Amino acid sequence: MLAVFEYHLVNYRRTWRGSALSSLVLPLLTMLGFGVGVGSYVTGGVEGVSYLDWIVPGLIASTAMQTAIGESTWPVLSAFEWLKTYFAQAAAPLRVTDILGGHLAFMLFRVLISAAAFLAIAGAFGTLHSWWSPVALVVAVLVGLSVAAPTAAYAATITSDSYLAILLRFAVLPMSLFSGVFFPVESLPVVLRWIAYALPLWHGVDLSRDAILGLNPGWLGLVHAAYLIAWCAAGCWLAHRRYRRRLVI
Amino acid sequence: MTSLIRARGLVKRFGDFTAVDGIDVDVRRGEAFGFLGPNGAGKSSTMRMIGCVSPPTGGVLEILGLDPVRDGPRIRAKLGVCPQLDNLDIELTVRENLTTYARFFGIPRRTARRRADELLEFVQLGERADSKVEPLSGGMKRRLTIARALVNEPEIVLLDEPTTGLDPQARHLVWERLFRLKQQGVTLVLTTHYMDEAEQLCDRLVVMDGGRIAASGSPRELISEYSTREVVELRFNAESQEPYASKLEGVGERLEVLPDRVLLYVADGDAAVAEVNRRSLSPASVLVRRSSLEDVFLHLTGRTLVD
Repeated sequence: MLAVFEYHLVNYRRTWRGSALSSLVLPLLTMLGFGVGVGSYVTGGVEGVSYLDWIVPGLIASTAMQTAIGESTWPVLSAFEWLKTYFAQAAAPLRVTDILGGHLAFMLFRVLISAAAFLAIAGAFGTLHSWWSPVALVVAVLVGLSVAAPTAAYAATITSDSYLAILLRFAVLPMSLFSGVFFPVESLPVVLRWIAYALPLWHGVDLSRDAILGLNPGWLGLVHAAYLIAWCAAGCWLAHRRYRRRLVI
Repeated sequence: MTSLIRARGLVKRFGDFTAVDGIDVDVRRGEAFGFLGPNGAGKSSTMRMIGCVSPPTGGVLEILGLDPVRDGPRIRAKLGVCPQLDNLDIELTVRENLTTYARFFGIPRRTARRRADELLEFVQLGERADSKVEPLSGGMKRRLTIARALVNEPEIVLLDEPTTGLDPQARHLVWERLFRLKQQGVTLVLTTHYMDEAEQLCDRLVVMDGGRIAASGSPRELISEYSTREVVELRFNAESQEPYASKLEGVGERLEVLPDRVLLYVADGDAAVAEVNRRSLSPASVLVRRSSLEDVFLHLTGRTLVD
């Protein structure tokens, strides 16, 4: 599994500059756009803090989700359909678990990097309220796996990338909008609120916000964590099944 | 242990479709063994079972004395696989393709680097070590895939149609490298539908058709068993070659009428031509040639196109 992770790192070494730059620029622009732009309209703040301070934790969780989606869609489809690199790996003495696990580990590594970059920029802008803030990175990784694993399972099932557009439009976009990143889920109609509760991101957003704003999550924190872990476990199980069906036939 | 690969009644089914229908195979150490057959004959399915990425549906399969279902990773550690379609990493450099792959076998980085450089020399890609894979020609990519299959110093190398799609120069270079590997004692198992490739490389081969083994032996044995020593190809200037069949009765051991020519399978080509002339049939062109594996192949698997 480590060798597969290492392989993805070698692959990443050639593109890391661009991707590292974008993982710094994105939060920077967000700080300016939302903090200075949108923030000046939300004069009363949200739940007792300024709008910028309120959305930063959610954006970190959301960035984790976006990175995880990016790494578990086209790269997985390509490894099965276009470059067929998974099949080359399957011919070596690796198990399906190694091939999947090594790739997921790399996806989480990317998630961690982009979340950490965001957290660092947020710190520089003074939007972190608590020493618990680094816990948001753990939450980011959890959110990352909870979406990357099921998405990889989905990408292993399809043969054309037009299905990925469906996923982005009907799952990822609503999840980013309705998961309490930009406004509290309580402002949503009940039906949409339940969509937020069902998908993994909102749980991560809430945990991340508690960590960075220094709030006590209470028993709901445990529910969030358990729910995310359940998504991770189900996603990994499903992905393993799908990978196995493709690689061992 | 006499056979590196031993199959008895090996079967592979996909749903209702039987790709491999009970074959017996023995591959001995150090030989080059070929699977010949038209498309859909079951060659690739057999190779995938031997490569331990496809569990057999029935029968017995032993590779290096191990069970491919239970000991897959252990067997794959000693195999080199060169798939039909190159699955190289086009974004990595030529050398990185070998070093990252070596890591999958648990080979230490330093060893991997040294071995990569040796192998790149072996397949004549030493000068391209640091270039990307994408701009390489088809022949170069194929050689790199072969080099990658050798990175773990395998006991058996599996090659699925190793020279399909290559130009003649590239094919000859690949053959020459494979021949050298064989001389070094590496066991080669390959599939091909090129008869010249089989005659060049294989000590023994089986001809597969419809998932079964139609014939097996060395190229020479197969030719003497299923064909004659020589073949006379006659072309007549006529609408149809068919009427000449009866007139050529008894000239050869066997006779085959094709849309554009008649083939006579004979022991002595010149004697047969003399007989044709004696019957004053005056063909437009006459060609006497040695029987080849292609004659055996077409005789056994038929001339009808299967796709």
